[in-house]
Amino acid sequence: MPIEFEAPKPVVQTQFVLKTVAEEMMRSRSRYFDEHEHEIPWDYIEFMHTAMKAMGAGSLAPKDKGKGQGENGGEVREKRPSISYQILATQIEMLSWGDVGMYLTTPGGGLGAAAVQAAGTPEQKVKFLERFGGEKPTLAAMCMTEAGAGSDTASIRTRAVLDEKTNEWVLNGEKIFVTSGDKAFTEYEKLGKGFIVVWASIDPSAGRAGMRAFVVESGTLGVRVVKLESKMGIRVSDTAQISLIDARVPFDHILGSATVEKTMTGFKGAMATFDATRPLVAASGLGVARAALEFLKEKLAENGIQIRYGLPRQKLTSVERDVIDMEIMLKSAWLMVIKAVWMADNKKSNALEASMSKVKAGDACTKITQKVVEILGPLGYSREFLAEKWFRDAKITDIYEGTGQINRLVVARHILGYSGKELR
Amino acid sequence: MYSFEPTEEQQMLVEAVEKYAGNDLRTAAREAEESGELQGKLINKGWEIGLLQASIPESYGGFGERSAVTGALAVEEMAFGDLAGTLAVLTPSLFATPILLAGSEEQKQAYLPRVIEGNWTPFTAALIEHAFDFDPNSLKTYATLRGDQYILSGEKVFVPFARNAEAILVYADLDGLTQGFIVPKETVGITISAEREKLMSLNGLPMYRVKLDSVSVPVANRLGGASGHDFGPVLAAMRVANAAAAVGVANAAFEYSMNYAKEREAFGVKIAQKQAVAFMLAEMRTEIEASRLLTWEAAWKLDQGKEYGCTEAYFAATGAADMAMMVTDRAVQILGGHGYIRDHPVEMWMRNGRGFAMFTGLAIV
Repeated sequence: MPIEFEAPKPVVQTQFVLKTVAEEMMRSRSRYFDEHEHEIPWDYIEFMHTAMKAMGAGSLAPKDKGKGQGENGGEVREKRPSISYQILATQIEMLSWGDVGMYLTTPGGGLGAAAVQAAGTPEQKVKFLERFGGEKPTLAAMCMTEAGAGSDTASIRTRAVLDEKTNEWVLNGEKIFVTSGDKAFTEYEKLGKGFIVVWASIDPSAGRAGMRAFVVESGTLGVRVVKLESKMGIRVSDTAQISLIDARVPFDHILGSATVEKTMTGFKGAMATFDATRPLVAASGLGVARAALEFLKEKLAENGIQIRYGLPRQKLTSVERDVIDMEIMLKSAWLMVIKAVWMADNKKSNALEASMSKVKAGDACTKITQKVVEILGPLGYSREFLAEKWFRDAKITDIYEGTGQINRLVVARHILGYSGKELR
Repeated sequence: MYSFEPTEEQQMLVEAVEKYAGNDLRTAAREAEESGELQGKLINKGWEIGLLQASIPESYGGFGERSAVTGALAVEEMAFGDLAGTLAVLTPSLFATPILLAGSEEQKQAYLPRVIEGNWTPFTAALIEHAFDFDPNSLKTYATLRGDQYILSGEKVFVPFARNAEAILVYADLDGLTQGFIVPKETVGITISAEREKLMSLNGLPMYRVKLDSVSVPVANRLGGASGHDFGPVLAAMRVANAAAAVGVANAAFEYSMNYAKEREAFGVKIAQKQAVAFMLAEMRTEIEASRLLTWEAAWKLDQGKEYGCTEAYFAATGAADMAMMVTDRAVQILGGHGYIRDHPVEMWMRNGRGFAMFTGLAIV
């Protein structure tokens, strides 16, 4: 395939369909949920669950139980490169354009399932992922961060010890900043049985090599959601603090090997998850940025200000320069996301491109939303409009799923060919 | 579908350009910059790779089809070697590509074979004017119709190889629109400065001022013939070339400073092991990628032909000019005092880097 920038048809259809959802189900409720933190947007969650079921997009479990057969048992036709990550990035961008906090409450596997996908065995994938196609909307979450370990994930102190008598893992520790942790773990009547994926050490002396992920089913004894954070933005999305005290999970809930070789397989599982999810988080941030930039252009047009594209910089007004610079940032960041997910779809190693897209998108969406509020002046600062909310929402993009700085470190190590030891 | 893979043919071409850029252009760059002389042999060697020839159909003496994407890939790779050399090699395109894009059948038949047959020959174009608010869409040089002649008046700057040019494609304002006019050598009323332009960089590229004092050319010399042409796609093709060259120069500066940072020691470690330097490099690489993708997209849109990709080309060129300045500045910064010394090429690339904001019209894909 030569170099091409034609969005595939399913991508265009996704944009078309989800724009309506974003406008009708999300934008109309954005302000309410921003001002009623910790309330749950049930009608959005239920709508999305029904819609996704209708589209057959629920279950994340591997479908090729009988090999060489298509979904309906027919033979798989000619192998075409998958575009599933491209579609996913487009969905996330569009839903985040609607409301990024609400997008984070979308039922489905989220980061929890992504960890199972990246580090689980085929049996585990079936066991843990099938549920997302069930009757009720179901969520999963990833528990990585601790009070003393943010970007430095290797200093995680949560411990997992095998109780050989019962063949169970016993988990102890405290996790913070768990996105959707409440909806994944607390047993709400309207939700199906979710799970959280808890990262813990099975051998602290082994450092990163001792890190493993454990699937902890909702309602497990000894596990408690102890706090829901109050945040600057994305308020409709719950951010949970979860404590684990002598929590027991079955032996086969460990993702990957239970023995500690002096290799990094466990930690690499987490990092592989990030390669897949970083461009998606980038896509999400860019959805917010696009919302803000479009709103600004609308307001400028209402006030009779046309952006004169094509003029040399010297002839542009300051506002025109800003708008054009923002469009350049947004467009190029989006192309970087598309390239990163296109690589994932084509099974090309994309660790560098994934991190670069996150660096660029983190910069782009924070700068754009900040500039939009500035240019709009009192209109931007007022809670009458959503611009100020997007400013608050966008900032998280440069923090979660690896801060801008951590991603710069990843990019730098890649281009320099340095290990973590050589470039700390 | 999205795809980011050049075709095999494109890869082969890029490899040929890469070899020339590395072995020939780069090694000659400093000498040319200091002496002001780019060797004719060097230029002709680049010409023989056949970038322009391959973009012209057989019926006009070429052996291919124009593709802005291919052009962008090749220009980036060549500019990685040296910008002045690249602009010299591509100067005949300034004349031929607009004719290919927007010329009349007669113009194509009359000029395209002449430009591409044999060795590199100076055919050129004059777009840029000496004004801080220079705008390709609002030129001060103007054309007026008198009978079956257009009368051109004004002054052009930065015209590569104007002194020996067989013909110059002069852009002028005609009733508020920018139009090209083919002005053959030694037309009455045209004065080419005796002295070369003296600029902040590109010393190896001979550029001149061109004065037009009621220069008269037949109506048939208007680009596209009597009814003229749409300047939009021509300008867009210039902007894409400008953006691609900016990416190439930036990438040269990035790689050079990265390799330096991996060698240079301070405080017992390589300076690349310091986050202050490593993060600069990470951002340079990220912004280069951003500009490259913008450029590719704009080029691809131009090749689709329908909407010309004019806005995209503007974005690509504007973004790349900023990017090239940022990246080349940091490259000098990473080398520190050594970066400021002319023994290293980074200071030259930084002087190149500032130019992309005003180089539109010096290259075309």
